[in-house]
Amino acid sequence: MALQTKVTRRSGPRLFFQTVIGRAYPRIIGTQRDLAWLFFDIFLPFLSMVAYVYIYRALKAPEEYIGFVVLGSAMTAYWLNILWAMSSQLYWEKETGNLALYIISPTSMMAILFGMASGGLFATTVRALVILVIGNWLFHVSYTVVSFWALFLVFVLTMAALYGLGMMLSSLFLLFNREAWHTANLLQAPVMLFSGFYFPVRVFGFWAAAAASIIPLTLGMDAIRQLVFPSGPLLGFLSVKVELIVLSILSVAFLFGAFYTLRLMERLAIRLGRITDRLG
Amino acid sequence: MFAVETEALGRIYKIKKTRKEPAHTLIALDNVNLKVNQGELFGLLGPNGAGKTTLIKVLTTLLGPSSGTARVNGLDVARQPEEIRRQINMVSGGETSGYGLLTVRENLWMFTQFYGIPSRQANERIMELLKIVGLEDRANTKSSNLSTGLRQKMNIVRGFMTDPTVLFLDEPTLGLDVGAARDVRRFVREWVSEDPRRTLLLTTHYMVEAEEMCDRVAIINQGKILACDTPQRLKESLSSEGVFSIQVSALDQSEFEELKQIPGFRQGTIKQIESGAELELVLADDSVLAGLIGFLAAKGSSIITLHKREATLEDVFISLVGKSMKDVENGAAD
Ligand SMILES: Nc1ncnc2c1ncn2[C@@H]1O[C@H](COP(=O)(O)OP(=O)(O)O)[C@@H](O)[C@H]1O
Ligand SMILES: [Mg+2]
Repeated sequence: MALQTKVTRRSGPRLFFQTVIGRAYPRIIGTQRDLAWLFFDIFLPFLSMVAYVYIYRALKAPEEYIGFVVLGSAMTAYWLNILWAMSSQLYWEKETGNLALYIISPTSMMAILFGMASGGLFATTVRALVILVIGNWLFHVSYTVVSFWALFLVFVLTMAALYGLGMMLSSLFLLFNREAWHTANLLQAPVMLFSGFYFPVRVFGFWAAAAASIIPLTLGMDAIRQLVFPSGPLLGFLSVKVELIVLSILSVAFLFGAFYTLRLMERLAIRLGRITDRLG
Repeated sequence: MFAVETEALGRIYKIKKTRKEPAHTLIALDNVNLKVNQGELFGLLGPNGAGKTTLIKVLTTLLGPSSGTARVNGLDVARQPEEIRRQINMVSGGETSGYGLLTVRENLWMFTQFYGIPSRQANERIMELLKIVGLEDRANTKSSNLSTGLRQKMNIVRGFMTDPTVLFLDEPTLGLDVGAARDVRRFVREWVSEDPRRTLLLTTHYMVEAEEMCDRVAIINQGKILACDTPQRLKESLSSEGVFSIQVSALDQSEFEELKQIPGFRQGTIKQIESGAELELVLADDSVLAGLIGFLAAKGSSIITLHKREATLEDVFISLVGKSMKDVENGAAD
């Protein structure tokens, strides 16, 4: 009963690419197979969006603030994806035993992380778009896009920096286990506040806004607001150009950070026996 | 070149302080020296907690050695893990890998992508292997809907997908029913004999598995390799002695301790049953029985059945450790 089928193996960039697709696949297919996200990722954020809109209307805030809320709600999906899924991903992969199988395979862990990130990015974009469409339809938000190119660039850089941060956190949380994750969750509310998901970050003053900019979404959203709302530039924190430069620096820094933390994680985990131990 | 070679390999775990115990270190592998030839089906036999999984983890580059060296196909696990990973695969009994919402086929496909196998080849190989293990009708079942046994078959298929030259199976038949375990054993055996470059190292705590499948077996307990040879020769090492199963009307533990003083007694275990006690004894030769019968008569215990049997690997384990594997496992708790 000799095996009849033959298999060949690729290496290098092909292997890297195949790994990204392979690891992204479960997340992509999950969007279609497991519809629980419609409730948790659409309905719940939708409720908080509605709440903010009514508060702003009650306060007689300028109508553009409604647009900020809709946009912020859509972008919140990415932040939640980083915090709830991306950052604890390696930890869960360890628990299920997948991490060990990733490590013993000839592929690079960086490719696995890119796969997780792109799967998460895809699934979250679907959610963000649904929220955006519903919000626009309910509250009649109008956008005036200054430059599609700049908008696209801001979005790409924001996502690169954000998912780079997520990849980095993923390795850190594996090393420090669950406690770190709990701590990070405690930070969720203040981060949501200071990143200016629902209003211009400038209202906090320069230094608070600058500190909040370590979270890539802060500058990303500030730049997007400037690019799609007529009054955005007036309320902007820095100029879009400066924000683009900072976002580029952040993406490079976080992606390198992810690479080095991953290497450190792998080395330490092998020494300490953390790749397979389920006891925590 | 050996498929697997270890020299004075040691691994310790640092155990953190808990309410019950202070911080301490646990020696999981102790001066392990093993040589597995290419083309061999090699078994590691030992009770739970013996260190089998730890050894597999070291050899699959998941865990660094604390002392000594380990090589796979001549490559050092600490210095050349990447090269080793191109040549191996591993399956563990009861593993829960993959993603529950993916089908069996999709899960297996995903793992082939991490080995750079083109999708078309991967899918053909998947269907072929699923047929061999009798899982082809479940190819499109979500893996979360599989029973433990079927899931383990899927895991085993994963190990063979990538044509490893050294395959590690950690308790591969754990949780499989008798029929499925038999299928898996036969396939594993055939896979190794098909190609002399293939080596398979499996761990088990099932005696029959080691005895029936393996070219050579190493017996491991408390992190130490106690013996390593073909199952036949391991058993022959006991053949000058006699292995007896004896059922007696009554014998308690303290009397059994006395029995151990009979000249010519080698090793033995006792199990209390409803109608008395069951003894498994290794005696120097048949003449020791005379003393044994006298001893039992003096204790007022009579022999219900007595038979001499072929030595098994269980007897080999008992003669090496002084306890059965079960007793070691139960005693390990305290
Ligand atoms: N991650 C770990 N941390 C601490 N102790 C461990 C760890 N893994 C295994 N051990 C201990 O090391 C010993 C050997 O375990 P293991 O290699 O799993 O044995 P086996 O696979 O033969 O059952 C056991 O006493 C076990 O409790
Ligand atoms: Mg084990």
